[in-house]
Amino acid sequence: MDKKLMLGNEAVARGLYEAGCRVISSYPGTPSTEITEFSASYEEMYCEWAPNEKVAMETACGAAIAGARSFCAMKHVGLNVAADPLFTASYTGINAGMVIVVADDPGMHSSQNEQDSRHYARASKIMMLEPADSSECLNYAKLAYSLSEKFDTPVILRLTTRVAHSRSLCVLSDRVDAGLKEYEKNPAKYVMMPAMAKGRHVVVENRIAAQTEWAETAGINTVEYNDTKIGVITAGNTHNYAKEALGKNASYLKLGCVWPLPVKLIKDFAAKCDKIYVIEELDGFIEAHCKQLGIEVSGKDVFTPLGEYSQALVSKVILGKENEFACADIEIPGRPPVLCAGCPHRSLFYTLKNEKVTVSGDIGCYTLGALQPLGMIDTCICMGASISSLHGRNKANPENAAKSVAVIGDSTFIHSGITGLINVAYNKSNSVVIVLDNSTTGMTGHQENPTTGKTIRGELTTSVNIEQLASAIGIKDVRVVDPYNLTQTREAVKAALAFDGPSLIISRRPCALLKSVKHNPPLKIDTDKCTACKSCMRIGCPAISMKNGKAAIDFTQCVGCGVCTQLCKFSAITEREA
Amino acid sequence: METKSIMIAGVGGQGTLLASRLLGKVLTDEGYEVKVSEVHGMSQRGGSVVTYVRYGESVSSPIIEKGEADIILSFEQLEAARQLPYLKKGGKMIINTQTIDPMPVITGTAVYPDGIIDAIKAQGVDVTAVDALSLSLQAGSPKAVNVVLIGVMARFTSFDESVWLNAVKSTVPSKFLEMNEKAFKIGYNSK
Repeated sequence: MDKKLMLGNEAVARGLYEAGCRVISSYPGTPSTEITEFSASYEEMYCEWAPNEKVAMETACGAAIAGARSFCAMKHVGLNVAADPLFTASYTGINAGMVIVVADDPGMHSSQNEQDSRHYARASKIMMLEPADSSECLNYAKLAYSLSEKFDTPVILRLTTRVAHSRSLCVLSDRVDAGLKEYEKNPAKYVMMPAMAKGRHVVVENRIAAQTEWAETAGINTVEYNDTKIGVITAGNTHNYAKEALGKNASYLKLGCVWPLPVKLIKDFAAKCDKIYVIEELDGFIEAHCKQLGIEVSGKDVFTPLGEYSQALVSKVILGKENEFACADIEIPGRPPVLCAGCPHRSLFYTLKNEKVTVSGDIGCYTLGALQPLGMIDTCICMGASISSLHGRNKANPENAAKSVAVIGDSTFIHSGITGLINVAYNKSNSVVIVLDNSTTGMTGHQENPTTGKTIRGELTTSVNIEQLASAIGIKDVRVVDPYNLTQTREAVKAALAFDGPSLIISRRPCALLKSVKHNPPLKIDTDKCTACKSCMRIGCPAISMKNGKAAIDFTQCVGCGVCTQLCKFSAITEREA
Repeated sequence: METKSIMIAGVGGQGTLLASRLLGKVLTDEGYEVKVSEVHGMSQRGGSVVTYVRYGESVSSPIIEKGEADIILSFEQLEAARQLPYLKKGGKMIINTQTIDPMPVITGTAVYPDGIIDAIKAQGVDVTAVDALSLSLQAGSPKAVNVVLIGVMARFTSFDESVWLNAVKSTVPSKFLEMNEKAFKIGYNSK
């Protein structure tokens, strides 16, 4: 048997492939991104990056109704964007199977909130499965297609960061050819207007009842009886933590299907154990179900709703045991993430800092501009909110307009910045919007997007011309700058702030980490000329620090962008000899 | 056998992910059940990063908690001190002596501590300190620090050098293979 160590996301992609999935559309979002990237390595499946999660899910809906097994993946907050099609796709059902991955991020490794997406399953009445490791990622992805077609519904696969980004062993099989099902016109099923939707709502309620019945005996809801003094109800990776901490000293009910939840299975398990703990990260979702059934359980009264769990947490809470450990007897400074050396966003933020503007921020690498020493993001809410919230700010007090800007990356602008920009133009907003065009989707690890001119597989395609788009929606003041050029950038920002009416600045320079970007040799400090004035350190470049009373440049990080040389009044920053 | 835990610590961008993949490949080839937990996304931008590798006959949790790691392989001194609490009593630390100032040190709100390795040894820890950056430069690039360090760690395992070299071959891009093989050998033979 072919066994392979696979990332959870890689295993989902393999599951899609083996299940005969044919159409995949996603928008990148940590921790879900690699599913679609790995999927693109299988030629048999059509794969694409969509502009946002709503478009991706609608594409998957259309493909499923047309008869192809389809898929879309997104991070937890992406499901908020796609919630509109989600709730109604529950009513229409599918034709060929449709699977959705939502990847939650307990602990917020790379997210702006810690929402628990299981609530969406209940709210939209869509079945949700939750794998605990890579092998289950693969197998549940395949199972999800058969359940989707059995119950005529989309099925959600819920991952968490630790499952998506952990590797474990998987057994691989061949792809089955699921074929293309025939599409039959059926307005009562697929045209959701009041008269038809009323009929479909009945179907949805009957379906969830049938799925609950299925969940009572489903093979993925497993019971393991050991010592019955402690009974643990878990789902997903928390099962691994519980097993690690408690071993044979507890009995387990592991729920592979987290919505709908079984009734009799849980009641029977609870009746056989003395004390029941529900161990689940984030909200007390399964716990609330148990309590609704009148089962006495312990959950969020002893376990936190915050962050990720671990075997140590389970051990501490249930057994009162903690490991011994040593600490070095020194002060350890923190190490927050930073904008990389050579990042084109840094010099743009430096310019904004000098202009003392308020900055409506957005989601991407550039959110790191909020951190010291730049400290130049005032707000960050969600994808696209920079533009619309700046508009609100300027309408609240027109005097804000001369000293406020919005910053948004190229991919985020396509995702949901365009509608905000149309609003700016349409409603006569005196707002300055800066698109940080670094020619990629940076934070999620360099995905192509509609501005880059390439598809997910690197094929050439059309690219959105942001300047022309701005012009087409009625914005007349448009400037393009190279953020490495501090003088040019400063002049553009000053002029846009002074302009009466909406302005767009495109700050254009590819991400320094892109393989296609050629770097200059690293720079060095001439210590005879350096006066330790620290001007070069105001940009917060991780490659520049003070060593022995002079500035020093770390040659392993410096990419020779030359922004610091523009700040040095003593010509102390020079090229390094080879 | 009892499940073994190896933690790889470093600064985002140093190549800890590749090191953990390489280690995972070796352990899989040796027939163990393996779980590797990685960090992607925001922390990869110059923040503290850790990767967990656990192996044995069967492995439940993919993560390592305080007091659980048999080995910590740290790519940077300050990160070694930060992750020391994760080391099991009697565990081993391999530390790259390279230092990378974090932003609070650069902005002057914090100080990079002196004597980190001595402070770790003072806790009774078995430390192997190595200047992996210099060794990596000997191999021909500052970017092979990760493979040098894997080479150093390989010395303290019972797996054959050939198994490690095979994993290097299947993990690194082919155009950098020669340099990485050299880096591995320099680390493996360093003292």
